[in-house]
Amino acid sequence: MLSFENLRIARGDFTLNADFTLEQGLSLALIGPSGAGKSTLLDVIAGYLQPVSGRVLWQGEDITGLPPGKRPISMLFQDNNLFPHLTVAQNIGLGIRPSLKLSATEQDSLQQALNRVGLPDMAERKPGSLSGGQQSRVALARVLVQRRPLVLLDEPFSALGPALKHDMLRLVSDLMNETGGTLIMVSHEPEDAQLIADVTSVVAQGTVTAPQATADLFENPPPLLREYLGT
Amino acid sequence: MIRSGPGYAAAAFVLLFIFGPLIAVFLRAGGGAMPGPADWAAIRFSVTQATLSALFSVILAIPVARALSRRQFPGRSLLITLLGAPFILPVIVAVLGLLAVFGRSGVLNSVLDSMGLPVVQIYGLHGVVLAHVFFNLPLATRILLQAWQQIPAERFRLAASLNMSAGQIARRLELPMLKAALPGAFIVIFAICLSSFTVALTLGGGPKATTVELAIYQAFRFDFDLGRAAVLAVIQTVLVTIVALVALKYTRTEGFGAGLDRVVQRWDAQSPGLRGIDAAVMILTALFLLLPLAMVVIDGIAGFDRLPASVFAALRVSLILSLLSTALALGLSLPMALTALKHSWVEVIGLFGIVSSPLVLGTGLFLIIHPIADPARLAFAVTGLVNALTALPFVLRVLIPSLKASEQDFGRLATSLGLTGWARLRILLLPRARRALGFSAGLTAAFSMGDLGVITLFADPSRATLPLQMYRLMGSYRMEAAAGAGLLLLIFSLGLFWLFDRGGRRNAEL
Repeated sequence: MLSFENLRIARGDFTLNADFTLEQGLSLALIGPSGAGKSTLLDVIAGYLQPVSGRVLWQGEDITGLPPGKRPISMLFQDNNLFPHLTVAQNIGLGIRPSLKLSATEQDSLQQALNRVGLPDMAERKPGSLSGGQQSRVALARVLVQRRPLVLLDEPFSALGPALKHDMLRLVSDLMNETGGTLIMVSHEPEDAQLIADVTSVVAQGTVTAPQATADLFENPPPLLREYLGT
Repeated sequence: MIRSGPGYAAAAFVLLFIFGPLIAVFLRAGGGAMPGPADWAAIRFSVTQATLSALFSVILAIPVARALSRRQFPGRSLLITLLGAPFILPVIVAVLGLLAVFGRSGVLNSVLDSMGLPVVQIYGLHGVVLAHVFFNLPLATRILLQAWQQIPAERFRLAASLNMSAGQIARRLELPMLKAALPGAFIVIFAICLSSFTVALTLGGGPKATTVELAIYQAFRFDFDLGRAAVLAVIQTVLVTIVALVALKYTRTEGFGAGLDRVVQRWDAQSPGLRGIDAAVMILTALFLLLPLAMVVIDGIAGFDRLPASVFAALRVSLILSLLSTALALGLSLPMALTALKHSWVEVIGLFGIVSSPLVLGTGLFLIIHPIADPARLAFAVTGLVNALTALPFVLRVLIPSLKASEQDFGRLATSLGLTGWARLRILLLPRARRALGFSAGLTAAFSMGDLGVITLFADPSRATLPLQMYRLMGSYRMEAAAGAGLLLLIFSLGLFWLFDRGGRRNAEL
């Protein structure tokens, strides 16, 4: 369970307020125009940016001041999700142990993660020799081995074509169902939200609305969302 | 994320060894006499030769950079590589090559003589300027080429669609760019020439052609007048500081030639006349740079079997010294660069190495050591230390941008994976800095191998580095042996650079 308590974020003239709770195991899509603060909210959850006031709670525990690496979070960024100078196996292994000294069992789980994302034979390749879709799969394999209960996606698949992107989102959705993890994803495409998000929040005009069931929301869009969708 | 302690320690070490000698110099100069007529002459000559050298380098670089910016031809990338060579070419080797071409019995004079024309003299002001142009024409060309390439290709396309002639493009596009770029190029080269020592030592000399740095050396070597050396060192420091402050205002960080391989398509410059001019410029430049080097190789091979054993002993000393300076320079700059990511003032401390010229540092260290020990016994240690301090600013300039880029591109990813401290260094920063590390190690090793500076103040006849041994051979007119030693020095300097640089590039998928 992730809660925002009177959270207020400010960066120059820009401000954003959030005050709601996301139930565990749900997938939340943050949707809204660019510049509205979707990625900024993710940065605060992940610990890259400190809010002006308010708290972020995970399972009732205050994580507002924790450094990024100590939070129960896996995050995929818009780009640069893999170190190009490390092999696929090393990139995934970092999610298990930053020292990369892995035990036999840990090696096993690494291989299982590779199998799960459909790249069983790619362990020794470097990211540069993989396609965009394969690189995304490697990043997802790392999310798998990290075993963190909260996964944040900052549009990591935006460079992929529509079909490939939907494949990736479905894979994410399956993985989340298997692990029972909570997902928050940023998107500016309504289809993305409709494809995998249980609930959706609209980020616009300085606020984040409380999550609403995605299907209901799009069936009966509030004014903020209607304005964004242009309907 | 990375602890700052080691960086602070390294910065303190650098401060101590730069300002310690400077303070020693200033204290000693306080008791010395005011500058005399000879000192004023040295200042005048320093400034005159630096002005002329910078002027000629920059003016001659304009047609070369223009030709390179608008012509694609076989050997172009080779020529650009050649333009980078003076960074790692030992000055004394280049001087030997220039002597072989322009010297009394050089190639040029044999041609002139056979045609019944008067021969030319290389010693004195024009020799010093010639050697400085040899070293800095390539640098000026690289700076201007970069400026040329900052004119967007779209501007030239637009100019072509407006049917502008080459002359109109020169006036509307190229002249404004040159006006902005020339002062920076001039001041950088002026600063370099102001503290050049080896060229003045070998081609200058005498009351009419003595620079301040050379005067320091003479005060040491001929008169052993430490007070006067200190006064001159203060003068030199003041001169260089003023110029460095001006230079800092005009120069932008120059990456070492990244992206110089791009050629802008030019529709205006296709006339046979302009093609002919560019071709001639390129051929003359290549000849000017290659002929002296070719002579070093040709004469060197001939002189190889005349090499005295002392040359090989000196080679061993130079190799060890070069590797130790490289280790020290990297050992200081890596922690400083890491700390500079958070506290940028740490980089500024590294830059102080530029202001205090090697000979000034040497003078100060001599003043400190002289009362307590025999400076000659510490000749190698001091040389290694000063070489490392001199290389430091360049290493930091290469290293810091590389580390910054890693942090910018992958810092968040590393943080989200909990990579801190040693793990961050081992997994993110060091592997991605490999090219920068290899390149700067190569630069330092080659520079240290070929440097002839402080060692001239400290060494006694029983001790020598390879450049010093070579200088001594030249001084005793054993030119064949000097040529052999020159070739040896050339091979080892370029070889060290190549090895380190290569090591940084191999299997580096970035």
